[in-house]
Amino acid sequence: MTGEALAFYVIAAVIMASGAVVVASPNIVHSAVALIPAFLGVTGLYILLGAEFVAGVQVLIYAGAITVLILFVIMLTEGGTGLRFQQRNEQGPIAAAVAAVVAALLATGVTHTAWARGAGVLPAYTPGAIGQSFLGTNLLVFEGTSVVLLVCLVGAIIIARKEE
Amino acid sequence: MVTLTHYLVLSALVFALGLFAVVSRRNGVAILMGIELMLNAANINLVAFNKYAAPGAIQGQIFALIVITLAACEAAVGLALVLAAYRSLETIYVDEINLMKW
Repeated sequence: MTGEALAFYVIAAVIMASGAVVVASPNIVHSAVALIPAFLGVTGLYILLGAEFVAGVQVLIYAGAITVLILFVIMLTEGGTGLRFQQRNEQGPIAAAVAAVVAALLATGVTHTAWARGAGVLPAYTPGAIGQSFLGTNLLVFEGTSVVLLVCLVGAIIIARKEE
Repeated sequence: MVTLTHYLVLSALVFALGLFAVVSRRNGVAILMGIELMLNAANINLVAFNKYAAPGAIQGQIFALIVITLAACEAAVGLALVLAAYRSLETIYVDEINLMKW
């Protein structure tokens, strides 16, 4: 087993274990904190795939900002861990069956497809290439995303503020 | 040797975990956590396809970055909606929010 394969399987185990805690824990704070190792595991996958800039952004936005936002909302709404309430609805078995079937279908689909290997090599330094692309080929996408960010900022403030 | 299929199968499993959380959880915040897991699964696919199917282009990583941005937007607006629902209805359990139900 090569080092890359070893790293992949360790990271996959981390992601699946913390993901299981996220979806199954009766304590909602444990769920939110277990998101952090799941997101950091995905960061490890990005590094394995040679996407260093995406890995850095993943740590900043997902493991940092979104997890803290979720924890804040838990503290602002429930005022506790949610252990006094039932966290699952009555659809648990059906949901598990649907999720298992979806996973099995996707897994069979991707294992029975012959994926063509593309030509070329990844750039040695992806942040530079990403910056060039954002200010060149993908300029419209970049500007559109910034407008969406502004709209969502204003919208979140208006929705979350107290009614006068 | 880690191939594209390894990443795709792992991402399918993470997606199924997120789907299970979205369908079976009662808490609005926990449903949003499930959505984040599903978006992460999609991002793994995008970056893996970038490396294995089109290594010369950088578009997969660009797409993943935009999905991360929109996921942050979605989390902010979704959590603001949860807060607003808690203020007016005193609950964030989505099966108790049935004002529009006849």
